[in-house]
Amino acid sequence: MLPRLTALAAALMLAGSVHAADKVKVGFVSTLSGPGAGLGVDIRDGFNLAVKQLNGKLGGLPAEVLIADDQQNPDVAKQATDKLLKKDKVDFMSGIVFSNIMLAVGPAVFQNQTFYISANAGPSQYAGEQCNPFFFNVAWQNDNLHEAVGKYVQDKGFKNVVIVTPNYPGGKDAVSGFKRYYKGKTEEIYTKLGQLDYAAELAQIRAAKPDALFFFLPGGMGINFVKQFVAAGLSRDTQLFAPGFSADEDVIKAVGAPMMGMFNSSHWAHDMDNAENKRFVAEFEKEYGRLPSLYASQGYDAALMMDAAVRDVKGNLADKKALQKALEAKRFKSVRGDFKFNANHYPVQNYYLRVIGKDGQGRVTNKTMGTIFTNHADAYAAQCKMK
Amino acid sequence: MTQLFLEQALNGLQFGLMLFLLAAGLTLVFGIMDCINLAHGSLYMVGAYFVAAAAQAADSFWLGLGAGVAGTALLGLLLELSLFRQLYRRDHLAQVLATFALILIANESVRLIWGPAPLLLNPPESLAGPVEIAGFFYPAYRLVIIACGLVVAGLLYLLVAKSRIGMWVRAGAANREMTEALGINVRALFTAVFVFGAGLCALAGGLLGPLLAVQVGMGESVLILAFVVIIIGGIGSIRGALVGALIVGTVDTLGRALLPTLLRATLPADAAATLGPALASILIYLLMAGILFFKPQGLFPARA
Repeated sequence: MLPRLTALAAALMLAGSVHAADKVKVGFVSTLSGPGAGLGVDIRDGFNLAVKQLNGKLGGLPAEVLIADDQQNPDVAKQATDKLLKKDKVDFMSGIVFSNIMLAVGPAVFQNQTFYISANAGPSQYAGEQCNPFFFNVAWQNDNLHEAVGKYVQDKGFKNVVIVTPNYPGGKDAVSGFKRYYKGKTEEIYTKLGQLDYAAELAQIRAAKPDALFFFLPGGMGINFVKQFVAAGLSRDTQLFAPGFSADEDVIKAVGAPMMGMFNSSHWAHDMDNAENKRFVAEFEKEYGRLPSLYASQGYDAALMMDAAVRDVKGNLADKKALQKALEAKRFKSVRGDFKFNANHYPVQNYYLRVIGKDGQGRVTNKTMGTIFTNHADAYAAQCKMK
Repeated sequence: MTQLFLEQALNGLQFGLMLFLLAAGLTLVFGIMDCINLAHGSLYMVGAYFVAAAAQAADSFWLGLGAGVAGTALLGLLLELSLFRQLYRRDHLAQVLATFALILIANESVRLIWGPAPLLLNPPESLAGPVEIAGFFYPAYRLVIIACGLVVAGLLYLLVAKSRIGMWVRAGAANREMTEALGINVRALFTAVFVFGAGLCALAGGLLGPLLAVQVGMGESVLILAFVVIIIGGIGSIRGALVGALIVGTVDTLGRALLPTLLRATLPADAAATLGPALASILIYLLMAGILFFKPQGLFPARA
């Protein structure tokens, strides 16, 4: 009985592999409510814009994007993912913002042999020893943007830096990324995750008299920190640095002019001069009435990546090996310009320095200043033995 | 170092006074009416939303603050008349369940009306910058918060300690049956206290709005601190609430600021980085446990 069943299953699988699918299903679980919602909403809007520009198709097949809110809660994310995998039988997944949620959901996705195209979360685990054929990150590895700031701060000759970050794994990654390239004196201040009042920390910073301050406080935390930093009069003596996460449109919109003059790092900027990016920025503004953030560009690229891979395998989504090869080949044109995937499925790409100022239309926004890293790979790739 | 200490003391004072505004209403409702109101934090959240919405509509922070406080007091009145009257005679479990339901209802209603993203509430333009005191810069807006808190605390003291209504309130907290027997209209007194507490919540929410963020769920975290304050201070005592709030505010601020530095000087860097923030965040609970060990009724018990 058993051998016959296995044979039948094998036959069915073979049958499946010669027929092209009639549509592409994408499960999109993201943080769409609460203090971290701005990030998830931008990724979703960027993703949807790409699908719309492709006439509702991915790789020529009609696309069905199933969206769920994880409420920044790993348990909620796991339930939503299980439903998308088992009931809706999605072909791709994407959307998760926070690395702790990605790590909670990853095993179920990989076990199900479904490709996960991360448009944000880039935990070191999946870049190193736990790298997986079914996991791709189209954005960056978590440490990268912090490394870029560390390099710039080091090169500019700053000697005394205070680092402010929440006391959680992402914050620890930020510190190690920054210190991988910055070798001067540091004082590290760890705050509670989700903290909103920084009076005590600001007094400590004042006492430490640093020449530069590096902070990684995503979402609402960063908004409050910058506002209070400026209100305390600290911006007169201390130069602010942050990764692009803490200095993009979501934060600028809430804080406004006080952010001017702040340096930050990113792999993408809305003023990058290539045809794909110009079209993306113009269409995004037209569709949503605001400038895209780096998160939106990542969501957009994730959709383009799926589109190119589905087209490559001619819609035959059942052949996982071929689909993996097609994804690795990266045949789409990213809005950040050219990049390629490393053996661990994370990007090898350039990182740029941006500064916040007024643009030609008088809007407060980011402006690209120069390149910090060229073809930069993450520090964990050597530990990855991709199967 | 003295500068750092002075600045942290001001921060602690500011935090403590805002906690006091919240704890004052809570301790009276708990102490006099023997009613556990978990939805006190929701009044704080709704108050902040009212202030933010009114400030946007009126294009003036102070007008918005006044309108928001009045609106929240009115909401408090409706809640007291419709729901809380039914709860006073029930046991604590029923009160906890009903007011927990109120938290969920309040959070979802706010999400429906104002959406999931935090509302922006900016301080008046003239107060957005820093001012110089004793050789260092301090945010002007935080000074205004300290001033408001001190004024309200002073008025509250006069009201409770010197006025006839205050006498009834203290009598009610000490012995409810006896107060009723003396012919005081306790029903009306309860309503007044509840409405007053709701107004104080909105005042705290509105003043803190520009500093923190006006968002769904902002009431829950602060509610826990308010309970710690009234337990340290003694349930039902305004004086206890003030002292408790200042202790909690100062200990929390100084702990966060000084503990990591102290630990760094005595422990290896790795251990200090892990232990410092963890210890700072549980410090006030350690303090509460310590005080309850020596004074189980709190520092200023109302029913002495």
